[in-house]
Amino acid sequence: MSLKLEDIPFEEGVQKGIENDFMRQAVSGAQGRFRAGRLKQAQELGNWEDWRKLGEEIRTHTVNHIDFYLHQLSEQVEKRGGHVYFAETAEEANSYIKQVIQTKNAKKIVKSKSMVTEEIGLNDALAETGTEVVESDLGEWILQLEGDHPSHIVTPALHKNKEQIRKTFAQKRGYTGSSEPEELAAFARKQLRSDFLQADVGITGCNFAIAESGTITLVTNEGNADMVWTVPDTLITVMGMERIVPTWEEMEVLVGLLTRSAVGQKLTSYITAYTGCREEDEIDGPNDYHLVIVDNGRSNALGTEFQAALHCIRCGSCINVCPVYRHIGGHAYNSVYPGPIGAVLTPVLDGYDDHKDLPYASSLCGACTEACPVRIPLHEMLVLHRQKIVENGDTPFAEKMMMKGVGMWGGSPFVYKMSTKLAHSALKPWTKDETIENGPGPLKAWTAVRNLAAPPKQSFRSWFENRKKDGEN
Amino acid sequence: MKVSLFITCISDIMFPNVGKNTVEILERLGCEVDFPTLQTCCGQPAYNSGYLEEAKGSMKQMIRAFKDAEYVVGPSGSCVGMIREYPHVFKGDSEWEKPAQELAAKTFELTQFIVDVLGVKDVGSTFKGKVTYHPSCHMTRILGVKDAPKILLQNVKGIEFVELPSGEDCCGFGGTFSVKKPEISAEMVKEKSRHVTETGAEYLVGGDMGCLMNIGGRMQREGKNVKVIHISEILNTHN
Repeated sequence: MSLKLEDIPFEEGVQKGIENDFMRQAVSGAQGRFRAGRLKQAQELGNWEDWRKLGEEIRTHTVNHIDFYLHQLSEQVEKRGGHVYFAETAEEANSYIKQVIQTKNAKKIVKSKSMVTEEIGLNDALAETGTEVVESDLGEWILQLEGDHPSHIVTPALHKNKEQIRKTFAQKRGYTGSSEPEELAAFARKQLRSDFLQADVGITGCNFAIAESGTITLVTNEGNADMVWTVPDTLITVMGMERIVPTWEEMEVLVGLLTRSAVGQKLTSYITAYTGCREEDEIDGPNDYHLVIVDNGRSNALGTEFQAALHCIRCGSCINVCPVYRHIGGHAYNSVYPGPIGAVLTPVLDGYDDHKDLPYASSLCGACTEACPVRIPLHEMLVLHRQKIVENGDTPFAEKMMMKGVGMWGGSPFVYKMSTKLAHSALKPWTKDETIENGPGPLKAWTAVRNLAAPPKQSFRSWFENRKKDGEN
Repeated sequence: MKVSLFITCISDIMFPNVGKNTVEILERLGCEVDFPTLQTCCGQPAYNSGYLEEAKGSMKQMIRAFKDAEYVVGPSGSCVGMIREYPHVFKGDSEWEKPAQELAAKTFELTQFIVDVLGVKDVGSTFKGKVTYHPSCHMTRILGVKDAPKILLQNVKGIEFVELPSGEDCCGFGGTFSVKKPEISAEMVKEKSRHVTETGAEYLVGGDMGCLMNIGGRMQREGKNVKVIHISEILNTHN
């Protein structure tokens, strides 16, 4: 199962994004709001850097001991009457879930937002069973109506504006109201309410699974996860194997980092928490509960230089500050996981073959690393990916030759000095008024949109040498 | 104080005035400036493209070139940032890790050196004009130099300083990124040019010639009448 969204070349997706003015305006506005919100929250909390370090420590410790904590979690879930299934691949996860659905003879499933189910392609797999699947997160629901994919891991419909959403509701559900967000949300709420009440099975993702108690916790601003776990008789949680914390204490730290970093909120409107099956004295919750823990390539990162990619708490703050994302949008990454974390994580989970452009879709500006609440060195990991691609011999021939040249040039003071003498003459045929407007070879890409200042006749080192001589005379 | 100038390949070949200004500023502040001629490039173009072995060749050459230097000062946040990464690159290398650490510890970006090492906040220059400053990504995020350039600029006599909106956004240079993903880079530099224009500044100043070459080249292409200059030019002006 590939994480790829569409079978198109990377550059085509980029072009589609760049040409989509609606999307770019929506993304740019949202980035500005999220960024301001995050900075305000960080300042109000105080000692933000210390909190980030604590977040990093917790994630490092947990992932280093992930076998221990997963074992503890599964024991606790089983103690509370739940079934635990470890899925090595997307296919295994999907077929287990399908089997549960079929055994229950379910007619309707409600889901709360979950990126891991996007990753494993669960909705497509469930479509084969003939069961109706309803996404209950507002953004996901909009995309489901349109047959579209999320373009952001926290706010999946970020690329849509309210007018587009109004149109979708009108076309697909006969909506006749305005494009006011309150009215749109009220309409969606009403539509979804009957789905919640009819559903036989609920499926949620997981923000933090708490190993000590076997509890699944989720953050939402719509409360839909509460509806999904309380109403249906059968409940399935799908979690990436690294979405785990040792105890409630660490969860408290991380959830505050998550919500502040994601949307600039101290906490989301709802924090959902549920544990195993309904007990005798409880009035809601499932009678049948399944926890599906998904590996799907995550183990590839364990014990490697990419392990920190598993520290991610899916806040999306790296996406919210990324200038590349702002201009091309989430779909251009052509992966379930877009933005800087997507560019780091996707090749780890899914290999380079389908995603070889992603590590290069960054100017290495480091805004992502600076924003990450658990201090994942995202831009450095992109360089590591590039190193792997070079090691595998998978870069273009011309680039290999050029870099060989760059290596010789930088490694030899003699060759380097020659270049300082020759640069001016070499570029002279293309130079006019000390400027190059239409450069040769690799400079073409540069001069397509900007001028290049031509190298002057005298290099700095030649000036310095002359000056020294003059001084000595 | 003895200072060895790390010119950076881009200023050596393309923008020698940056070096001249840097030498003159440092000398005026009482430093004795020498130029180790065995220096080449910091290795960043190869390193950031994933060509580790090719990059290491440059890095070793730089370590050799500055072996005897007391302080190494360069007019670029990005290239100095690369040198500060050398210990990380040579980690576990019994021959090169220690010299890499020594070089990283004595290497400073120009404004960082003036403010943090020399303790000077006013270099005594005069510059008339409306100026905005682009805080380049590697200067601020990799090297962590945020205040020094602004402190020095704000103390220049006659200057009218205006903040650049969304200054923290990358200009789209990114070294090889600009030619490897030119479509994306183009959108980023267009946006930066818009923000610079919004300020109404006559001059855009920065501490990294790579970024300035990118922004300046774009603004020139757009026919914008903004002069894009390295900070050393302002710090070395007395009009």
